[in-house]
Amino acid sequence: MDTGTKARVFKQVGTRPARPDGVDKVTGRAMYGADMVAPGMLTGRILRSPHAHAQIVSIDTSAAEAMPGVKAVVTGKDLIAQDNDFMRDIQENVLAMGKALYDGHAVAAVAAVDAATAKAALKAITVTYKQLPHVTDVDAAMKADAPIVQAGRSLETVPKGMSANVTNQCEFGHGDLATGFAKADLVLERSFTTAATHQGYIEPHACLVSATADGKADIWCCTQGHYNVRAVCAALSGMEGSQIRVTASEIGGGFGGKTAVFIEPVALALSRKSGRPVKIVMTRDEVFKATGPTVTTSMDVKIGMTKAGRITAGQAILRYSGGAFPTGTVEMGASAAFAAYDLDAVHTLGWNVLTNRPKEAAYRAPGAPQAIYAVESVVDELCQQLNLDPLDVRLKNAAKKGTLSSYGPTFDDIGLVATLEAAKKHPHYSAPLGKNQGRGLSAGFWFNFGGNTSVSMTVNTDGTVSVAEGNPDIGGSRASISLMAAEELGIGYDKIRTIIADTASLGHNDITDGSRVTFSVGLATIHAARDVIKKMCHRAARMWGIDDDAVEWKDGAAVPAGDNAGKFPPMPLAEIAASSHQTGGPLAGHHEFTADGAGVSFGVHLCDVEVDPETGMTTVLRYTVFQDAGKAVHPDYVEGQMQGGAVQGIGWALNEEYIYGADGRLQNAGFLDYRVPVASDLPKIDTVILEIPNPGHPYGVRGVGETPIVPPLAALSNAMSHAIGKRLHSLPMSPPRILKVLSEG
Amino acid sequence: MKSIHVATQINGDAVEFVCAPDEPLLDVLRNRLGLTGAKEGCGTGDCGACTVTLNGRMVCSCLVLGAEVDGAEITTIEGMAAEGELHPLQQAFIDHAALQCGVCTPGILVAAKNLLDHNPNPSDTELRYWLAGNLCRCTGYDKIIAAVQDAAHKMRTA
Repeated sequence: MDTGTKARVFKQVGTRPARPDGVDKVTGRAMYGADMVAPGMLTGRILRSPHAHAQIVSIDTSAAEAMPGVKAVVTGKDLIAQDNDFMRDIQENVLAMGKALYDGHAVAAVAAVDAATAKAALKAITVTYKQLPHVTDVDAAMKADAPIVQAGRSLETVPKGMSANVTNQCEFGHGDLATGFAKADLVLERSFTTAATHQGYIEPHACLVSATADGKADIWCCTQGHYNVRAVCAALSGMEGSQIRVTASEIGGGFGGKTAVFIEPVALALSRKSGRPVKIVMTRDEVFKATGPTVTTSMDVKIGMTKAGRITAGQAILRYSGGAFPTGTVEMGASAAFAAYDLDAVHTLGWNVLTNRPKEAAYRAPGAPQAIYAVESVVDELCQQLNLDPLDVRLKNAAKKGTLSSYGPTFDDIGLVATLEAAKKHPHYSAPLGKNQGRGLSAGFWFNFGGNTSVSMTVNTDGTVSVAEGNPDIGGSRASISLMAAEELGIGYDKIRTIIADTASLGHNDITDGSRVTFSVGLATIHAARDVIKKMCHRAARMWGIDDDAVEWKDGAAVPAGDNAGKFPPMPLAEIAASSHQTGGPLAGHHEFTADGAGVSFGVHLCDVEVDPETGMTTVLRYTVFQDAGKAVHPDYVEGQMQGGAVQGIGWALNEEYIYGADGRLQNAGFLDYRVPVASDLPKIDTVILEIPNPGHPYGVRGVGETPIVPPLAALSNAMSHAIGKRLHSLPMSPPRILKVLSEG
Repeated sequence: MKSIHVATQINGDAVEFVCAPDEPLLDVLRNRLGLTGAKEGCGTGDCGACTVTLNGRMVCSCLVLGAEVDGAEITTIEGMAAEGELHPLQQAFIDHAALQCGVCTPGILVAAKNLLDHNPNPSDTELRYWLAGNLCRCTGYDKIIAAVQDAAHKMRTA
């Protein structure tokens, strides 16, 4: 890959043009998952288990099927049984088989002529359950006598003698911990818990599926990965991938939660059975009960430090539960825990544990915020006890180019030191604080992904360019892709329109996840542009009667490469495009690859809080985000990621949590009781973008979407410890918990 | 249940529809009238994505019955851009990148316009409290506040 463009001066990348979907979205015209209709469409609804854990003895659908207006009823038996664990978990989460594993687990579904009939039909389905003992707490689920959520799911990595709920174990690190701790002047060991939180996208999951009698199906849905929707629907229906076309609607937020598939295979089964299009739209209650919260955690962290602030050893033990199905998220947490530090001795150990909770789905940097919250809290407490400046200590121990990371790889160019230095010299760091106020900071990290990516690009005869990519745009990525195409082609941003193609119109694209889109799709776009530039140079060479390699591309035009090539005026893209049908046919470029070299991302957050000792309420007074973006392609939307992620993290730190009762049922499945931050809760969120180029991208781009949710948890907790003089070890730090800590004297 | 006939005015146009007695105005707008700009984020009045105005008052259309709006004047996001010209608030949202996924945007724009109709020069605090019933999960609200204040300034000085 050509990476010799670090010092490049950009003409369009780094500017802030209007996003291509802006007018549609401010006028109400943008079409989201629930906005599509089809002639003869039925309403689909899903029946869910009211029990945390129960044997499904029988399901009698006959009364529902006999109701006027009911056109189809399906249960788990209507899906194709999968023979590998990964796909069977998806299948059994979509519609339960044998056991209901959590409050809200789907057990049957109906399609009817309208919503009222569908709702009545659900009531007419008789499910006979035999309730089983349940467990929703991660520590309780690890005990020897805990109810077993699913038996036989432990991988070989799990030592004998652990609870059958422990599904996998992972370990990372290097060096000798005992030697490291022996060198420390102070060693602290603390235990932490974090509650499960929900992504909280405002748009509930929605899909419209139209299956026809000749074995075809069209699916319209809000998803972060429509190729994955196709693959899951094909597997669960037995249909061939080519016969299922999935179109991603505009997506009303995802944050990782719409990487999972829930309703599309159900709507497909209902549509095939009824012979009519079926639309399913989840209620908010269903979104909370049955779609992806984060893991819930219990963690122990031990860190040793010298009086001078050098960390001598770090250890973390992570117990994560991703609900009723196995998940590997703990590996992300165990990898990320100490990523910000250059350590001689570091070790992390993680377990995933089954509980009777909904299957975890990704949420922005899945697994990292929790582990880093624990580590950054202990580092902060060490600084407090040793009377050291927390930024100086982080600088002293910061990972940098050449550092052997705590999870294995050796870091290339990374921006942590620059980010810490920017925080240190920012006026926020030295601003005065008042009574009941405190300041905290935390570093954060995310790996960033690449992955399978396809882009196609058409040069139209009027000199405009159409770009087709296959990753749903969840934060302004179409604008960024258009900017990179414009930069490479040397034409105006307004000459380009980027669209999200359906699964039949473009090669495979991995899910929109891992902060991969601007990086991977951007790379594919640059390559596709270079592909079509080569073709345009060839056309110009033919018209000029010179060799292809005597032509190069400059400022949006083919030009002779040097004096020996001949004297011809530049031939702009529009001119080559206009004559293309006479010079060899339509002009298009494309690129398909597995993107590598995503480049890790670091951020540092500073925050000031004030705690009201009467009520325990915390007010965030000031907040500043520092993050390395590699190269900010569209800075508005980089800032948007930094601000949005920070605020989700603030919600996680202060209020958001899944609350289960003793009956194993979710008690706060709505926005009234699951309280996400509102405008009046927040101050301005300041942003400082650092640009330390990623060597793996010709423009230096790094993913930016996930890192910003990582630091707020510890930043808020560290600020809180200064504001009230006591440290909490549990999230969220909701008013009742703060009052309890304050009352303990 | 027998359907109810309703005659109302939406975005300045006379509109008639029939609806079930228990049918929310939001469902009428979206499913019967094709006005899908108002979104259902919760159906319980907690998220504000379905915000419209009813006789000049801001309401969650999921909490109003269709049958209640006979003779009323309703405005929705679809009525905000007069004759194809974006309202200053709509333009400011684009200029300030005040939307990411955009699903809360229609409700927030209707709410913000309603505030500026009554108070053309709100403080940031007034604005943040006014919009406290409109959840946005993408932006952290920062650019929304900046956009509304910019539009308010432009409208005052126009």
